[in-house]
Amino acid sequence: MTLTDWTVVLPVALALGGTALCAVFWWRPVIQSAIGIVITLLMLVSAGVLVCTVATEGPQTMAMSGWPGPFGIVFAVDLLGAGLAFVTALVGLLILIYNFGDQSSDYRRVGYTPLLLAMLAGVSGAFLTGDIFNLYVWFEVLIIGSFGLLILGGKKAQLDGAIKYATLNLLATTFFLIATGLLYGLTGTLNMADLASKVAAVDNRALVNVVAALYLLAFGMKAAAFPLFFWLPASYHTPKPGVSAVFAGLLTKVGVYALYRVFTLIFPASDTIFADLLIWIAGATILAGGLGAIAQTDIRRLVAFTVVGGIGYMLVGLALQSPLALTGGLFYIFHSMLISTALFLAVGIAGRLGGSYDIAKLGGLYRARPAFAMMFLVVLFAVAGVPPFSGFWPKVVLVQASLAADAPWLAGVILVGGFLTLVAVARAFAAAFWDNGEEEPPRATHYGDRVGALMLPTLVIIGLSVLMGLAAEPVVQLAGQAAAGLSDPSAYIEAVLGGSE
Amino acid sequence: MNSLILRTVVPLLVSIMLVFSIFVLLRGHSLPGGGFIGGLIAASSLALYMIASGSQAVRKALVLHPMSIGGLGLLFAVFSGVPSYFSDVPYLTGLWYEPEFFHISLIATPVLFDLGVYLVVVGSITAIALALEEWH
Amino acid sequence: MEPILAVVVGILFAITVFLFLSRSYVRIILGIFLLSNATHLLIFTMGGLTLEVPPLIPPGATVPTEAIANPLPQALILTAIVISFALFAFLLVLTYRAYQALHTVDVDEMRDAEPLVEEDGA
Repeated sequence: MTLTDWTVVLPVALALGGTALCAVFWWRPVIQSAIGIVITLLMLVSAGVLVCTVATEGPQTMAMSGWPGPFGIVFAVDLLGAGLAFVTALVGLLILIYNFGDQSSDYRRVGYTPLLLAMLAGVSGAFLTGDIFNLYVWFEVLIIGSFGLLILGGKKAQLDGAIKYATLNLLATTFFLIATGLLYGLTGTLNMADLASKVAAVDNRALVNVVAALYLLAFGMKAAAFPLFFWLPASYHTPKPGVSAVFAGLLTKVGVYALYRVFTLIFPASDTIFADLLIWIAGATILAGGLGAIAQTDIRRLVAFTVVGGIGYMLVGLALQSPLALTGGLFYIFHSMLISTALFLAVGIAGRLGGSYDIAKLGGLYRARPAFAMMFLVVLFAVAGVPPFSGFWPKVVLVQASLAADAPWLAGVILVGGFLTLVAVARAFAAAFWDNGEEEPPRATHYGDRVGALMLPTLVIIGLSVLMGLAAEPVVQLAGQAAAGLSDPSAYIEAVLGGSE
Repeated sequence: MNSLILRTVVPLLVSIMLVFSIFVLLRGHSLPGGGFIGGLIAASSLALYMIASGSQAVRKALVLHPMSIGGLGLLFAVFSGVPSYFSDVPYLTGLWYEPEFFHISLIATPVLFDLGVYLVVVGSITAIALALEEWH
Repeated sequence: MEPILAVVVGILFAITVFLFLSRSYVRIILGIFLLSNATHLLIFTMGGLTLEVPPLIPPGATVPTEAIANPLPQALILTAIVISFALFAFLLVLTYRAYQALHTVDVDEMRDAEPLVEEDGA
């Protein structure tokens, strides 16, 4: 048990410890911010070590309290989980830096940093655990953190959005719990690696399908997949950008991760009746996101719909199940986690400069702030998947995979979805930056004193996106390695149950 | 609530309930009981005190902010897993150390964890109760 | 015993659906609370009902000496109860807060986050 072995639990333990420390200093927002930045840095380092270990030595596990799987709660990490935990820590760090730069007091409030860290603990825990009931508990931890963040500030629209968000997310986790209860009754185990073989041996296939359908419903709701996505554009735009950005970057991806985990390991989609259904859901989600984005006049709701569209591409990878498709889907998850965060941050800065989020009222930002306008344009291009940014390659891989799977219409949907997103963001850019508006008086276009901290997160993400786009080969290889671990989970199962045989 | 009877009885009741909550906390080491239930008893005693003497009296009696108490508890719980690193066993493994009191080793990581749970429950429930009381 | 509990769970689910169909948000959160209770009962039933003794191992032994009840469903339910208790408390406070701010609990009238687009001339 060296420190390297401990990196399996360190991201979660650090985030929980950070939450605790921030709560101890409850009335000291400045100390809390400092704690937050130190903790997320440590999380980033430990998750980075974890990624390196998993990439070279295969899946890592740690049995909590020394109770070995399948009896105790096991943390089991493959390349997918480790990579996602790494990006989670990165997003957390960048958000805290942005928060430091944004001096519009509202979310320098007491409570922001501890709630954010609690949410990061929940998200990392969900990515790292190997036990399905434990996954449920981490889901609840992250939604409690997100509820708190969502209503911070207490504006009318926030309370309204929070009610819809809270109701539907609670419903989703309750479905998750029902499915888990049924699954336990069927198999007598909750360890995901153990479930893989136990579920395959169950005779009552009808009940297995019911359980799988419940998981699809629960995680689909969390992931904002069609037709269960309406809560997302109803709530994500209501809080401050520093909160929206971390929601868009992390929360829906936890749902997608859970779908990937459950429908490759426990119910391989090819064994169930859900493979076709997933393809339809994926296609419909892409189109719903694209069409929804075009129809919006509030720039925050517009980008919320692009987040929905992004979920569709990830689901395409899962639905097709071929190693190539999974590679594309995983690459897209990593791309989308970073870019959605950057997008909401950039929108936040635009709203600060323009004094509104209505694209009709924003007009003329290009004249006032040309450098920022260029940065915004770059982020929008990255979202739409224009080369050389990172969104381009996963789409290419997914189109290739759809053609290989004999589903040319799906390839068409992917291309049309990309086109719709491009139209939506181009329209937003033209209206918000180029139009001169209606001869309005000059607006308050101050960044505040800490421009560096305000801009740094978005610039870092743009840099990473260009890097991932130009040097796509190693990323595709890593995603391919993670995808191989999903299509053939024997190494994962061996790592979890190997000791107890 | 302005009732002389309540204000006379409550201090006595609160002290008994707090002692009882610690008894339940320690009993949970080997018998039914534990940090969660003990914390709930302590939190309800504080809520009773709040009904009798008002929220300011509770804040004064607690000294620390309720969220700080909860945070301290979470910190204890997280740190109760750290000794297992030095004993070369997985995170949160239960470890018991000498000396024993009444044949029960009280210097142990599960005790620290339970104490953490106790404090988290006391802190968070009291924070919610105070927020509801003071909120108009 | 299991069939009876299964029917009870079914009835609870049915009441939940009825409550969800209401326009009043207060009824919807009551439905959520009932749904989580129904779920706990469902886990309890799925874990198998036995008339065995508590799962305690006597001093000196390393394995149970007689048939014991399955402790896991109760551990799961306890966890789920604590979580749903916390979330329900949060939802109640949120509803009260939203009622104060929005002056309504009718979900049709809660349009602050998504204002309806006014038609031209309306």
